[in-house]
Amino acid sequence: MSTRESARSPEELQTQRRWRHAAHVITRDPLALFSVLVITGFLVLAIAGPWIAPYPEQGFGKTNVATRMLPPSREHPLGTDRLGRDILSRIIIGARPALSTSLIVVGLAVAIGSLLGAVAGYVGGWVDDLIMRITDLFLAFPSLLLAMAIVAAIGPGLTNAMLAIAISWWPWYTRLVRGIALSLRERHFVEAARAVGVPSLGIIFRHILPNCLSPILVQATIDIGTVILASGGLAFIGLGAQPPAPDWGLMVSEGRAFLLTQWWYSTFPGLAIFVTVLAFNLLGDTLRDIFDPRQYR
Amino acid sequence: MRKAAFVLRRLGMSLFVLLGLSLITFTLARVIPSDPAAAYIGPHPRPEQVEMVRERLGLNRPLPVQYLIYMRDLLRGDWGESISTKRPVLREIGDRVCASLELLAVGMSLAVLIGVPLGVFSARFQGSPFDVVVRTLSIAGVSMPAFWLGLVLQLVFFRWLHLLPLTGRFATELRFTHPIRPLTGFFLLDTAITGNWVAFKDVAWHIVLPAFTLAAYPIGLIARMTRGTMLEVLAQDYIRTARAYGISERFVVYGYALKNAIGPTLTVIGLTLAYALTGTFFIEIVFNWPGLGLFTVHSLLSVDYPAVMGITLFAAAGYVGINLAVDLLQAWIDPRISLR
Repeated sequence: MSTRESARSPEELQTQRRWRHAAHVITRDPLALFSVLVITGFLVLAIAGPWIAPYPEQGFGKTNVATRMLPPSREHPLGTDRLGRDILSRIIIGARPALSTSLIVVGLAVAIGSLLGAVAGYVGGWVDDLIMRITDLFLAFPSLLLAMAIVAAIGPGLTNAMLAIAISWWPWYTRLVRGIALSLRERHFVEAARAVGVPSLGIIFRHILPNCLSPILVQATIDIGTVILASGGLAFIGLGAQPPAPDWGLMVSEGRAFLLTQWWYSTFPGLAIFVTVLAFNLLGDTLRDIFDPRQYR
Repeated sequence: MRKAAFVLRRLGMSLFVLLGLSLITFTLARVIPSDPAAAYIGPHPRPEQVEMVRERLGLNRPLPVQYLIYMRDLLRGDWGESISTKRPVLREIGDRVCASLELLAVGMSLAVLIGVPLGVFSARFQGSPFDVVVRTLSIAGVSMPAFWLGLVLQLVFFRWLHLLPLTGRFATELRFTHPIRPLTGFFLLDTAITGNWVAFKDVAWHIVLPAFTLAAYPIGLIARMTRGTMLEVLAQDYIRTARAYGISERFVVYGYALKNAIGPTLTVIGLTLAYALTGTFFIEIVFNWPGLGLFTVHSLLSVDYPAVMGITLFAAAGYVGINLAVDLLQAWIDPRISLR
């Protein structure tokens, strides 16, 4: 047995143990299983929606006067809307924009927030003070209120709403990553890298950020759900996606006028938001259990 | 002495935040729009209007000077004039804030009264079916879009069960049969003070659905965090000691543990207020509740800049105030905090 192999084996063992632990957590907890199934379904719809939806062209916005406001039936399991479009198809086609919107927003927030957090935590001093004061300022604001004010200033629409939510979201990651970076700064491997002359930026990208990955991943998973909620809310008010986009929040808003006579119109798109967000929250919790080092020894 | 220093430091932080907030709203209203004067007046401005506003807001001067003028006007109580109603923004806010506060107060009381006991019981009976139900419900509560929950509740309790009213703060005919005399602006209080019990009952029925919709998110968050804090406290050594002494489990949980779990719970309650604050926006639309949220959304949609920025500043200032109050309260309950 070569020395190299024996040096690597504990690491491999740990990875293996980690995967086994993950599988154990997911199969043992029915809620975790539920979240994994729902999110898999959501991803499949987002990727293959146009081939799955019973009336894909209606999902994208094609109207059909003959089938207006039909209650749920065999042809239209979730009913039709005021322009005769099949609501199930609209929901299925809406999965892709919901996913891409939240991925872009969370991606932006993670990129800006964690980089600033790592710099603040690692560099320290006045840089830390400056970044953290700005962060505190943004955190002192209810983020959705800030997003609304920003949309008001730059105008409604999906792109602007996404931008606004991202701008109000990054500080959470800054605070999260800074906390970890502060403790990492004192660790031996970081000190060693510094001692051999690795520049600060190199240390941040090679050593600080990779070690923040799991908490960021947990937070990002939960935030994908939160962003779906927030952008749904903005669309509901009329500040986010605009008709005829198959946006879930927008569909709830459109159906509101017909709530008392056509109950299915708002109910099902809202249910889609609820179930998806629930699944992401549950998955975030599960990931936290999996990553938490106290759980597996 | 230390306590005074803590209070002063905390006050200073709040002031700094307020200053920053005004900088943000200033940027949003004056720097980002390509023509702030036109934006300030609203759609289709006349050239002479634009010139007048430009003059009045000092838009021809350098930005720092503009900011100072903006701050001076804010401090004087001149928050601009709403484009859609042509009335001072501050007065528009004043007219509506009570309706929102009443909703917020009832909703948050519900959330605390339901959320804290749920969290405590679920921690005490950790792993029991009750615990599983509470954990599931609390995650469901934070995952639910408030606007959708409101609609579903309307569907169930108004359309199907005929139990509760659909929208508004009170029935319209009440204006003629039992008019509410506004004393405080909080209709539940007003009707109780004047002994107008018919109106009180009607107002109470009207607030049930919106308050409950508002409470769903905070209930979930509070229950979850209370459970976590209680579990943490229950694992401490002094709890084990207390148990070893044979003190009854009930007294250990409610006498010792709960007392030490109150601090973090307070923080969570303060935090949820922020969500509840923006939550009222959606709930007021769904329930046609004549508060700040409904006004905000109308202003947002009609691009009523002065109103939007005024409300943003007002709501954010309220939020800062709440956080300050929570921190001070916490330092008062737990003296160790002010030493940090």
